[in-house]
Amino acid sequence: MKKHSGNIFIGIIYFLLYAPLLVMVFFSFNEAKSTSVFTGFSLKWYRELFASSTTMTALKNTLILAVLSSVIATVIGTAAAVYIYYLRKKWWKNTLDIVTNIPMMNPDIVTGVSLMLLFVFVGRLVGAANSLSFITLLIAHVTFNLPYVILNVLPKLNQTDSHLVEAAQDLGSTPTEAFFRVILPAIMPGVTSGLLMAFTLSLDDFVISYYTTGSSFQTLPLLIFSMTKKAVKPDMYALSTIIFVTVLVLLLAVNIGQIKAAEKNEKHK
Amino acid sequence: MKKRSLMQRLLGAPYILWAAIFIIVPLIIVVYYSFTDSAGNFTLDNIKGLAGYKDIFLISIEYSLIATVITLLISYPFAYIMSRKKESTQRIMMMLVMLPMWMNLLIRTYSWMNILEKNGIINNFLALIGVEPLKMIGTPGAVIFGMIYNYIPYMILPIYSVMAKIEPSLLEAAEDLGSNGFSKLRRIILPLSMPGVVSGFTMVFVPSVSTFYISQKLGGKIMLVGDAIEKQIQSLYNYNLGAALSLVLMVLILLSMALMKKFAGDSGDNILV
Repeated sequence: MKKHSGNIFIGIIYFLLYAPLLVMVFFSFNEAKSTSVFTGFSLKWYRELFASSTTMTALKNTLILAVLSSVIATVIGTAAAVYIYYLRKKWWKNTLDIVTNIPMMNPDIVTGVSLMLLFVFVGRLVGAANSLSFITLLIAHVTFNLPYVILNVLPKLNQTDSHLVEAAQDLGSTPTEAFFRVILPAIMPGVTSGLLMAFTLSLDDFVISYYTTGSSFQTLPLLIFSMTKKAVKPDMYALSTIIFVTVLVLLLAVNIGQIKAAEKNEKHK
Repeated sequence: MKKRSLMQRLLGAPYILWAAIFIIVPLIIVVYYSFTDSAGNFTLDNIKGLAGYKDIFLISIEYSLIATVITLLISYPFAYIMSRKKESTQRIMMMLVMLPMWMNLLIRTYSWMNILEKNGIINNFLALIGVEPLKMIGTPGAVIFGMIYNYIPYMILPIYSVMAKIEPSLLEAAEDLGSNGFSKLRRIILPLSMPGVVSGFTMVFVPSVSTFYISQKLGGKIMLVGDAIEKQIQSLYNYNLGAALSLVLMVLILLSMALMKKFAGDSGDNILV
């Protein structure tokens, strides 16, 4: 009986979690323009979506921004993590730790506003008429991605055997060689997960982008925002449905793979 | 050794430079804008102007605290039940909790607006069975609901990850020593899961207290701090007042985090093992 009520509770929560997604998928197939009255099944919003150049440009922009910002953040962040790992001065390590935490603790709106004010301030100094652009947006994305990369890489560094590097150097490799041939392969899982996290955070960000982009560069979340100012047409739902299904398939593949691998391990024991 | 320290500095330099310019300097600029007027002269007008926003701050704190507490009350049993399931089930359940987060918050919130609004899905359904329409959108309840809905995975995730680490043998030992369900909860599960609760609490409270989209879509005329900042910056172009509001929001959050840390420190000390 007790177990039953627990499962009912879990079921209700899941239902609420997915209710808006169900609505989204359902109305993406609506024949009418409404997103609350269903008149009949149609694929026309999907067709319209692929025909709309605004949406396609925004999609392209979002991907460009996410790839660039996550790669830059991963390169700078991984180097920074190695630097922090080898630091001996305790106070300096603590200071860097606090600074790294600032973008994660601050609400997005404060991060966005503070970066925007910096760009506007510098823009006024150099006399630029319009200080916000793709570059400022890219800088903002790298800034909020950096802490997540560092936090993914540092634990992996702590797990690596410090004797490995010494051994490599004893065997005649330079510090640079030791880094690329010993440290980097050992921390690769952390680097990859940092990169992926940065990529998804960048894809999904609305608030910080909203304050730091110029009018000429629009990403999907920004487009969605400007569209939801008025009534949304089902094409936005169609787009979200496609993203949702893509993510669902990817996550299922990863999870089923992991479960299978875990089962295999069990058997081998 | 010398070579190594040079290389080490080269590795750290880009990040240190980046963090100084794009993390530290922007915070100084926020302070600068808060204490100057649009011409750049020193003034206290922005700070004095904040007095008019007292109610907005209080409402934001009130709504987000209520939302965070309700989220905790739902997430705690949820995470506990989940942590006692089979391992493969746990993995699927966790994935299902995270999945909606992959959908942009704007779309999820807009979709709730479709469900709750005056001519929305629930009211259309009620009309079919002949029930008077309910007023849901534009109420504090809708805003609080939106906060809970959007941020609940941030609460479930950390609580679940600490609970999954509690050894079942520890609970069995407690039972053998005569603990009943309640004392098991109070003396073992609760203290051991406290770090998860604290991080979940901040991870839900911070985005809730600073949101502006949720209140715009679900709150009708209800205005939170986030809305006030957005209005000053994006429609009135009063960067100075916007900066002052952001400054207060930031200080408010730092204070509440310090408070949470202290609270966690006090209760975290008596952890067994």
